[in-house]
Amino acid sequence: MMIPSILFYLFATVLVLSSIMVIASRNPVHSVLFLILSFFNAAGLFLLLGAEFAAFILVIVYVGAVAVLFLFVVMMLDIDFEQLRKGVWKSLPVGILVGLVLVSQMVMTAINWQSLPSAGANILSPVATNIAKTNTQMIGQILYTDYVYPFQVAGLILLVAMIGAIVLTLRERGGVLRQDINKQITRKRSDVLVIKKVEKGAGI
Amino acid sequence: MMPITIHHFLAVAAILFTIGVFGIFLNRKNIIVILMSIELILLSVNINFVAFGAQLGDLTGQIFTIFVLTVAAAEAAIGLAILVVYFRNRNTIAVDDINMMKG
Repeated sequence: MMIPSILFYLFATVLVLSSIMVIASRNPVHSVLFLILSFFNAAGLFLLLGAEFAAFILVIVYVGAVAVLFLFVVMMLDIDFEQLRKGVWKSLPVGILVGLVLVSQMVMTAINWQSLPSAGANILSPVATNIAKTNTQMIGQILYTDYVYPFQVAGLILLVAMIGAIVLTLRERGGVLRQDINKQITRKRSDVLVIKKVEKGAGI
Repeated sequence: MMPITIHHFLAVAAILFTIGVFGIFLNRKNIIVILMSIELILLSVNINFVAFGAQLGDLTGQIFTIFVLTVAAAEAAIGLAILVVYFRNRNTIAVDDINMMKG
C-alpha cells in the first residue's frame, strides 16, 4: 500500500518541477530536455493508473518523435534567444497572481469532485477485470471496432500533417547541380556542338 | 500517508495545466516554448482522461488519450514546419513580428 503512494509523490513532484523548468529555463535545449523528463514522469503516473498502453505510447510518441522534433528545430535554427526574453519580468507579478488564482480554483474543484452513484450507467466500454486480458488487448478490441471511424480520422490527421509539413518546408534551392535524365538522353549533337571554319591565321 | 485517489491525479493535472498556461504567458515572444507549453497542457488533459477512466472503470478515457496524442503530434509537426518557414523568411521567431499578412 505504501509503495504506490511513494511512487505517485515521486512522479508528481518531478513532473511539476520539470514542467516549471520547461517554461523557466533560459536555454531552449534545456527546456526540451526537461520536457522529455516530464513526459517520462507522466508515463509513470499512467502506469500507476493502470494504463500501460497509454504510458508506453506516450514515451514512444512524445519522447521518440515530438521531443526529438523540437530538439532538431531548436538546434537547426540559429535563434537569438536572449533577445526574445526581453520584457518578460515586467508583467511577471500579474501573471503569477493570475496563475495562483487559476491553480487554486482548479485544485479546489478537483479535490472536491465526486462521481454520481448513477455514473456507472454511462460507462461505454468497461474495463474487463475478471478476464485475463492485458490493457493493450482490451484497447485493441474496442479501438478497432467501436472507435474505428475516429481511428481512421486520426490517421487522416496524421497524413494531412505529414503532407503539410513537407509542402511547407520544401523549397527549390538555387545553385544546386542535379541530374536530369530526360534532358541527358534527349540531348542532340546539334544542340551542343558547333563546327566552325577557321581561317588560317585569323582565329575565331 | 493518505491512499492515492483520483483527486491527487486531478490536482497534478490542474497544476500542470496552469504551468502550461503560465508558460505561454511568460514566453510569449518565443514560439518554440509556446509550442512546448501547449504540449504540457495537452499532457495534463491526458492525465485527466486516464484518471477519470481509471476511476470509473471505463476504457474510453485511454482511447481518447490516444487521439489527443495523435492531434498533439500533428500539431507539433505543423507548428514547427511553419516556424522553420517563418525563420527562413524573417530570420527571427519573435511572435510580435508576425503581422505581415495584415495588409
